[in-house]
This record gives sequence, C-alpha cells and structure tokens, in this order.
Amino acid sequence: MACIEARGLRKAFGATIALDGVDLRVEEGRILGLIGPNGAGKTTALNAILGLTPYQGELRVLGRDPWSERDQLMRDVCFIADVAVLPRWIRVSQALDYVAGVHPRFDRAKAEGFLKKTSIQQSSKVRELSKGMVAQLHLALVMAIDARLLVLDEPTLGLDILFRKQFYDSLLNDYFDRSRTIVVTTHQVEELQHVLTDLMFINHGRIVFACSMEAFESRYAEVTVRPEQIAAGRALRPMHERQVLGRSILLFDGVDRRKLATLGEVHTPSIADLFVALIGNPTDSVSRSEEYEKQGATR
Amino acid sequence: MNTQSNTMPESFDSRVDVPPVISSTQPLYWSVRRELWENRWIYLVPLWLAAVFLFGFLISTFRLASRLQFAASAITSAQYHESIVAPYDGAAGLMMAAMILISVFYCADALHSERGDRSILFWKSLPVSDLTTVLAKACIPFVVLPVLAFAITIALYCIMLLLSSAAILASGLSVAAYWKQFSFFETPMLLLYHLLTAHTLWPAPVYCWLLLVSGWARRATFVWAALPIVAIAAIEKLMFHTSYFGMMVLHRLIGHVTTAAMSVPDTFPTNPMNHITPLRFLASPGLWIGLAVATAFLFAAVRLRRYHGPL
Repeated sequence: MACIEARGLRKAFGATIALDGVDLRVEEGRILGLIGPNGAGKTTALNAILGLTPYQGELRVLGRDPWSERDQLMRDVCFIADVAVLPRWIRVSQALDYVAGVHPRFDRAKAEGFLKKTSIQQSSKVRELSKGMVAQLHLALVMAIDARLLVLDEPTLGLDILFRKQFYDSLLNDYFDRSRTIVVTTHQVEELQHVLTDLMFINHGRIVFACSMEAFESRYAEVTVRPEQIAAGRALRPMHERQVLGRSILLFDGVDRRKLATLGEVHTPSIADLFVALIGNPTDSVSRSEEYEKQGATR
Repeated sequence: MNTQSNTMPESFDSRVDVPPVISSTQPLYWSVRRELWENRWIYLVPLWLAAVFLFGFLISTFRLASRLQFAASAITSAQYHESIVAPYDGAAGLMMAAMILISVFYCADALHSERGDRSILFWKSLPVSDLTTVLAKACIPFVVLPVLAFAITIALYCIMLLLSSAAILASGLSVAAYWKQFSFFETPMLLLYHLLTAHTLWPAPVYCWLLLVSGWARRATFVWAALPIVAIAAIEKLMFHTSYFGMMVLHRLIGHVTTAAMSVPDTFPTNPMNHITPLRFLASPGLWIGLAVATAFLFAAVRLRRYHGPL
C-alpha cells in the first residue's frame, strides 16, 4: 500500500486554481521533497493530505480519506506546519502533558530525552523561547510520536543555518528508520539534497517533475565547460546554460558522463539548478539563474 | 498513555499490531485543561473578586455587633433576617455576575484566538476531533464556571460565617441567634439550582451563539455577534413598536428565568426550597427551544472549525 495516493486532486479558491489535477504516489519509507515556487500549490497539497482542506478528486493517506477522518489519521501522521504554530502561552511541560494525554503513540520519556540535549527548560513558556528553540521543542514532540507519516511544511523557515542543519540531522539520525515516510517542502533546497530519496517539482498546481534521487544523480549532469569546448557542448543539446564567473555551465539530461568529461569538469547539479532549468520561465531564466548564481557564490 | 512505546520494540510491525490505548474521554479532559492553561483568568478573576469582597466584609465585621444590637431592638424579625443575610446574597450575586461576564468574554474569544495565533495548526496536528475541541470550549461556561461559582460562593459563605461568629463571640452576643438565620442544607442546594437553571441552561443559546461567531468572525467578534441582534431588535421596533426580542436576549443573558424556575423570582438565595419549581422549568418550552438553538449553534461551530484554518 502506498503511503499517499492522489489521483486528479483539484482545489480552487474562487477563480484561483491551487491544485490542477495532481497525481501523486508516495511509497512507504521515502523522504520526498516537494519543491515549487511561491503559490505553486505546495501548501494546499499538504493541507489536503493532512485533512485541513476539502478537495475534489481521489486522495488516500495511509488508506484513509483525510478530510473525513482527520482525527483518526492524526494518530499515524504528524506535521510541522511552520515554526510559529506552537501556542505562545503554553509551557513546555504543559505541551508534553497535553500531547501525552491525547496521543496514543506519544512517548513522553523520549521527548524529554530530546529536550535534555537542548537548553530548553520544562518550566519555560513558548513565548520565552527563541525561534530555534521553538523548532527544537516542536521537533522533540513530533519525534517522540511513533508516526508513519511526517509532513514538514517549511519547517526551518527563519532559522539560522546551525539550527537548520541540526534539525535535519536529528530527523535523519534519531527519527527516520526506513519504515516511516517524510514529505517536506522548503525553499532551502540545497540543505535537503543529501536527505531526500525522492524529488517532486510542483508548479501552477501540477506536478511537473518527479524522480528518485538515484535517478536524479545518474540522469543529470552539469559541466563547467572549457571556453574552447563551448560549441561542442552546445551541440549535445544542454537543457540549460548559465554563466558563472565568466565560465559557461551546461546542464545535461541523460548524456553519457564519459562524453561530458571531455568538455570540462562534470558534477551532479544541485536541485536548485535543475529547478531553475525546468521551471524557470524562459523569458526570465537569465535573471533567475543569476540569482541562483549569487546564492551559489555565497554558499 | 504511552505504554506501548515503553514495552514494544520500535519496529513497523509492532506499530500496526498494537491498537492505540487512550480512552475516548481523555482528549476531552485534556482539551478542557488546555483551555484553563490558556485562560487562567477564568478562575483567577473570581478568586480575586472573592478576596476583595472578603476584605470588605472583614472591615464590616468590626461594626457587626453594634449593628446587630441596633437591628434586634429596632426592626421586625424579617428585617433583622434581611440585614443579616444581605452580605451573603451580595457574595452570591457577585459570583454570578462574574460568571456571566467571564462566560461572555471567554466564548467571544474561544474559537478566535487559536486561529489568530496560528496554533490551530498545532491543535489540528493531534488526534483530537473538532467536536471534542468545541465541546471542551463549551465546557467552560456550562460546567467549569458553574462549578467554580458554586465552590467559591460556598467557600465565601463559610469564611464569612466564621468571621461573623468570631466578631459576635468577641462582643459577647449570642452566636446561636445569628446562626439561626441560616439554613445550611437548603442554601447551597438553592444556589446550585439557581446556577444550573438561570445561569447555565437558560443562557445556553447566548453562549453558543458567541462561540459560533468567535469561530466565524475574522475580527471584532462582539460587533459581529451583536449586529444581528441589534438589527432584529431595530426592525421589530420600527415595524411593531415593541422590544420583545431585545428583552428576550437580555433576559437569557442575565439568567432572568421569568417564572419558570422559581415561583417567586428575585428572592434568591435564602428563601426556602419550596419556592423552586423544577418541573415547571423542565416543562417550559422556552428552555427546550433555547437548548435546541444552542445545540444547532454548537454544531455549526464544529463544522466551521473543520473548514477554517489560521487567519
């Protein structure tokens, strides 16, 4: 049984179509990155999966209909919408009490164990914690729940790089065990690249690209082409070309790496590069790729 | 609560085999607790009012003995009784007024604040149904506040009685004559009856209406809650030159049960038990119409919460 299965998932807000017939299948034990520009329908898709919004079309999550069975589904599903949703008035001990009281799969000792590794006091209120500490607290609560599906919607938005790294490290080391499924959306794709097992791009309410990370790594290659090889490189029909520090970088789909090695230095592209190549509007792809270059230069 | 995770190894198969062990009332209980964590003023305000009242009463006991001597010589026994029980009625009245105000303010915010601070996304990430959440919120005006008002009033009575007795003893007057003015079984029963009829069941549609509007309005809950009531009252005034609707809402709110719950209204709380008319109250259509309307509002609030996310 697939963990998430959607067929023809549609959702419109008035005249705006947020989801335009999404077909999606996520197997158990995968870590799926759902990547898309702002307003592409990522959050709407996740909300539908979590039973937070009604939809048209077919959707089963762990064999259940999320909209009509949200409260039962939430025994097996956890989600972190973003860092700012823990109520500010709640004390850490109260949050533990509450989740332990209502969640049959919550292991309080485990959550307390995670919290001991942080500087969070049980007597503190959420409003007294820093943004990073709130994220740590939420993650501690969620990781102590023996769930089958974890949904993360921009879980590290606004956190500094140390917290972001820590967040994904704990998730991978202390939580993910190959039987759980994780779906994550984020704009900070580069930090996720080594975490994901599957990748999906969503744009204008449609899934425009889906592949496993293994396929991604074997299929796509980026070459920093030597100036004299530019014409030869272009002859191999790259899907995208960009300039970095005066050198051309060509992105190829399904071209033999040995052939590419004759052109220059070959490496696996980042998810962001592929994203720009596939989704970047042709008319503004130059400006977009420059934007990504700047980010790439500071990385 | 977390028995299985303590005893079972962490493998996928064990998760599937072990059914979740949590009784169905647990989420409701914890949801009520969370309302009290979030809104500590629900019990702090009445406690604070009770403390202030008690302080005033303490000062008044210094002159209690001289007042009693004067009262005993100057007026009839009925007036004597009145003068002794008046502060007790005052205490009960204060707690009821506090209960009404707290209920109104709580209900007008109950389903609004979790959307305002986006925490609704956290609450909805847990296996607690919208029905449980809304019922837990309704428990505050319908269960928690009546019980609280009753308990604080009785505690106030006990402390006031002890303080008065001490003052009377010190002045050498008869404590027995003072205590004879009270009925120790009937007064609490009457208080409980009054709280349940006039301040819990009777105003139910008002509280549920506020709950519903708090789940619907994006801001200014009170304005949206009052608007239809004011509009209907205004139309009634213009067309029929009457004001029944406005009075009806007001009477619901302040617990004015007309003559349904007690044969002699406005004689609370020390009148004998034979004035209460529970059967007539239970048989009055006004009660059942009110409860039906309240239930409809409550279910509409549950439905709204299902559809609504953060503001």
